[in-house]
Formats: sequence, C-alpha cells, structure tokens
Amino acid sequence: MEQFLQQIASGLANGAIYACVALALVMIYVSTDHINFAQGEMAMFSTYISWQLMSWGVSFWIAFILAVLLSFVMGVVIERVILRPLHNAPVLSIVVVFIGLLAIFNSVAGAIWSYLIKEYPSPFPKSSFGIAGVIGPHQLGVVLVTLIVLGLLFAFFRYTPLGLAMRAAAQNPQMARLVGVRVDWMLALGWGLAAAVGAVAGIMVAHIVYLDPNMMAGILLYAFAGALVGGIGNPGGAVLGGFIVGVLENMVAFAGNQLEKATGVYIIGNGEKLTVALIIVIFVLTVRPAGIFGRVVVKRV
Amino acid sequence: MRTNRRMFLGGASTAAVLSASGVSFAQGDKKYSDGASDTEIKIGHTNPYSGPASAYGVIGKTLQAYWKYVNETQGGVNGRKINFISYDDGYTPSKTVELVRQLVEQDKVLCTFNTLGTPTNTAIHKYMNQKKVPMLFVATGASKWGKPKEFPWTMGFQPDYHTEAVIYAKHILANVKDSKIGVLMQNDDYGKDYWEGMREGLGKEVGRVVKHVTYEVTDPTVDSQVIQLKDSGANVFFNISTPKFAAQAMRKAADIGWKPAQYLNNVSASVATVMKPAGFENVQGVLTAAYLMDPTDKQWDDNADMKMWKEWMGKYNAGASLSDASNVFAYSVVSLMHETLKKCGNDLTRENLMRQAANFQKWKLPMALPGITVSTSPTDYYPIQAVQLQRFKGETWELFGDVMHAEST
Repeated sequence: MEQFLQQIASGLANGAIYACVALALVMIYVSTDHINFAQGEMAMFSTYISWQLMSWGVSFWIAFILAVLLSFVMGVVIERVILRPLHNAPVLSIVVVFIGLLAIFNSVAGAIWSYLIKEYPSPFPKSSFGIAGVIGPHQLGVVLVTLIVLGLLFAFFRYTPLGLAMRAAAQNPQMARLVGVRVDWMLALGWGLAAAVGAVAGIMVAHIVYLDPNMMAGILLYAFAGALVGGIGNPGGAVLGGFIVGVLENMVAFAGNQLEKATGVYIIGNGEKLTVALIIVIFVLTVRPAGIFGRVVVKRV
Repeated sequence: MRTNRRMFLGGASTAAVLSASGVSFAQGDKKYSDGASDTEIKIGHTNPYSGPASAYGVIGKTLQAYWKYVNETQGGVNGRKINFISYDDGYTPSKTVELVRQLVEQDKVLCTFNTLGTPTNTAIHKYMNQKKVPMLFVATGASKWGKPKEFPWTMGFQPDYHTEAVIYAKHILANVKDSKIGVLMQNDDYGKDYWEGMREGLGKEVGRVVKHVTYEVTDPTVDSQVIQLKDSGANVFFNISTPKFAAQAMRKAADIGWKPAQYLNNVSASVATVMKPAGFENVQGVLTAAYLMDPTDKQWDDNADMKMWKEWMGKYNAGASLSDASNVFAYSVVSLMHETLKKCGNDLTRENLMRQAANFQKWKLPMALPGITVSTSPTDYYPIQAVQLQRFKGETWELFGDVMHAEST
C-alpha cells in the first residue's frame, strides 16, 4: 500500500513535468499550428539563463521572472528572424528548421555551460510543505505551479481580447486579418508565450532531473505523449494528458511488480514503461484522433 | 620463369627468416609501418563531439591539447611530430566504422588510440584486427578488450566494469550481515557488464539479490525504480547508473527514508557532478572503487601529480573544466600512449607498437591513485586492474583498505 501511494505521488510529480512541457507545445500549436521539436531545448536554455543569473547573485524569484521575460523575447525573436521567411514554406521545411534549432540550442548550451550536470535549487520550503515519505515539497510545488500556469493561460485565451485575437490568427489567418488582427505579430506573440511557459517548465524540472543540456530529451518524448493523449489543441487536456502519462508509467511498473510477486516471472515492468505509454497513445489516437479532450476541426474544401 | 611449389616455399621461408632477423637487429635502424616516418607519427581517434554523448567531447579536446603540447615543447616523440587525427562519430557505431575505415585506408594512420564508447568500439573491433592495425587503450570499461588470443591488436585501459562489480560483491559478502541486495541498472551493455560481474562475484550467494530493476536513458527520473527497491526490503543498494541518475537515485532513497548500504559504480564517483548534487547529507557512507584521483576531491589538493595536472591544464588546456574527471582520464591515458611511443624508439612498426604496449611493468601512471600502476604482458591486455575502495565522508572520499587486484575472466 505504501508503495502504491508513493508510486502514484511520484507519477503525479513526473506528470506535472510532462504537463508543463506539454503546455508549451500546445501554446505553439494553438497559436501557429506547428509542433515545435525544439521546445524542450529552448526550455533548457531558459533554465540555464536563470541558473546563470542566480550564480551572479540574483535571488531565485527575480531570476525566475527575468528568465521568463528573456525567454519571451527569445521566442519572439526566433519567430521574427528565423520562421518569418518560411511563412509559406511547406511543413517539412519548418520541421527541419525546428530540428536544426534543437541541435543548435543543445550545442550552444553545452559550449557555454559544459555538459556536466549542475544542481538547481528548489524555491519551495523544505519542512512545511508536502507529505513526508509520499510526496516531497518540490514535487507538490511543481504540481501547483503547473496548475497555476494552466489557469493563467486559460484566462488569457478565454477572457482577453488579445487571447481571442491570437486564437483567431491561428485558426483562420485570412479572416482574422480582414477584421484587423495583426496576424504576423500574433504568431510572434504565440512563440514568445510558448517560450515563457517552457521556461517555467524548465525551471521547475531542473531541481528534479538536474540541469544539463540533455535534460529535456526524454521529457519531451513523454510530453508529446501527454499532449497527444489529452488533445494537442487543448491546454487543459494536455495538462491532464501529462498527468495521465506520468501516473500510468509508474502504474505499469507497479502492476508488473505485483504480477512478478504473484507469478514469480517477470512479465512487464520498468523496461516497458515507455512502450506501454506509447501503445496507449496509439490506441487513443486511433479511437479519438484529436485526443481525449480535443475538438475535431472540420475544414471545408 | 616457372615457379614450382618447393621453390615458392623455400623463398617464402627465407623471407620469413630475413624479416625475423631484421627485427632483432632493428634497435638502431629505422623501421616504419603506414602512418610513421622520419618526421611524423599519425594517430587516429574517434570521439563524440556532438550528439547525446557529447559530454565526452572534452576527452578528445584534452587529448588534442596534449599532443599539441608534446609537439610544441618537446618537438614531438623521438623527433617525430604527432599528427593526431580526431573525428566526430557522434557516438553512432555505423559512423565510427566509416570514419575508422577512412583513418586506416585513406589517412593511413599507424594506429588508433582511445576511440571512445562501448558500442562504437564493438563495431570496429573485428575490422581493426583483420587489418592488423593497433587499437590501443580504448575508452570503455567493458570487459571484452583484453583478449590477446582472439584480438591481438586491441588493448583496453581502465579497470573493467566486470572486475569492479566482482570486488563490490566480495565486499558485500564479507561485510554486510544478512545482506539483501537491490540493484538499479541502466538497461544496456554497460549496465549488464556490471550486473554479470555482481552475479559472478556473489557466486552461490546470488540469491541474495532480492530485487533487480532497470531504467532506460530516456527515463526522466528513476524515482519509481527506487521506490520499488525500497519496497523489496533490500538492505544493500548496488547503483549501476550514470551521473545524473546516480545522483537522483541517492537523493530519492534519502527522501523516502530508505537507508541501505550503498555501492556506487565508479562511473559516477565524481564529487562535483554526483555527490554534491545528490546532497552531501544524503550520501554519507556510500562506497565506490576508484583508480584515478578525483580533481574535485580536496584531499588531493597538495598531491604532486594533481598540482602538475592543474598547472598543465592552466597552461596548455586553458578553458577546460578543472572539475571534470574526463580531463583527468584523458591526461592519464594519453600519458600512457606517449610513454608507449617513446619506448618504440625508431622501430615504428605496428608489431613493435603492440609489443611495447604489452610490455609495461608497474609503470607509474600520472593521476592514478597511490599504489596503482600499469602492467601488461603479451597475455595480459588489461593495463590497469587494480582499484581501491573508498567511502564518502563529509565532503570527500576516504580511501580505505588495500589496493585490490582482480584478474578478469
């Protein structure tokens, strides 16, 4: 029973990480209709920026805010400088650019900060937070921060004119332009927001997985799974999808252990965690191509 | 002219006798294979400078810095400049094969040296031995590089993982009462090498392993695995993982209140990149085996070797990290190569190179722990086979017991 609770809690904590990155993926998708493969590396880079600020003596939360702002600017600049010229390029060219960005961010971070792992502090107080033995203060903190970010994004898209304009620009650029939305800038804004959300995710994750240039490689995989399960066009769905994937992979290991105890043979377990998660993704997408919470977009041709 | 069989055989054996006697007279004479000449020695190397294993790129850079230093300050080795050709294989075996073929067939190197990675070296192992090109001091801890009978042209360097795990197993049996062992293993060749060593070291007592869990390198954390190990009731934790995961596992164990006797593989013994991130308070008493000095361990600050290394790094490898153990490793292995080339004198044939590499008697290796030396012979292709156990105390490793020698299978 103790193991069960611990596995659930650790699954939720991992799920929160996936959810955060999944949110950033959804942000770009909602505002530009692309899936950004460099999202993880951008988040990693932002995290390094905050680490650098802290090592210069800036306090955690100030470094956090500065890193998020800088990431926003970085996202806008990337859209303006690199993606703008590819406006009418086929999807494949854009995918290649994303993969190129991934490699560039990874190598540049390695060149500047080296590939050695670094500690990253946790902003959450150690004693007064969390449930001893089940979930640590930082893990609980990550879950809370993820939910707060989700709430903010939801409010932004739902209740602000700017959010509405961004949604319109992504879904129907021509029409949006006709009613006076500056579509170009909406795309850049989407990139900035996604980079900012990614920065939050990176900063939250770094304490758990440690800071190194490859820290996001595995996480991005699970985040994709989470985003797809929940629905890539739906922030709430992506967050839930992230949690589902996180808990699910631990449950696979847990169930495998129980089976092994009962039968004495290894049937399924840690080695198959990712496999099972991906099988579920395929299953969900077969049954509901838009994800559990996704809305099917019908285009008139 | 018609050549009959007898004449051909006679001629061949005369040639063999001549060449055999040629070797014995060769001390002063200059003899060369491909890649060596009066002015130059060409050495090939592959290393991941990009891709997922690019953290090892620093090894290649330190090797280059060292040869540059040898060329500039000593005029090369025995008057011949070292031409060190290092290619980026991105840790991809298929690319390694392509690059090593280029090194051997186009660049025509005398030998390769310190090619990095277990899967990558496995891919070129047979090729190098078919071509009879020395493949010296490979940068991997797998146990398969010291087999002079099957692979006379390949030689390892560091104590292999298998041997190390045998030593831990023996220590567990001798020191932990009623041991119940939990094993965390990276699910690949490197992890399996340790795991096999542990099983062999336990021998009949292999039933003491109560739980064996694995992780994939794509896993973000190993939290779930550590919870499973705790649940199994294990009181010994054998941690076969790379730095990031090792630190995570030890921190998680402390977080959930699991306090086993911990054995940590040497791969992750760095103070700066593992023990400190895991939290010093969480890693007291952890055991590991070592053969090189850790540059981040304060106890070596006044050691002559360490001072010399730091000075060399500052002068000839400026900008490289002084806390990265890879830089120590590279310096150490390249010193051994340097010494091997010096011993070759003017006979720079591939045969002689292997002969000299297999002819070290208790050579003092720079940056090795006190008492650990290099010994090789035509039947012993494992240069370093000794390690010493150390226990973590305060903020540094504390050596204890004797230097342990183990013969690998």
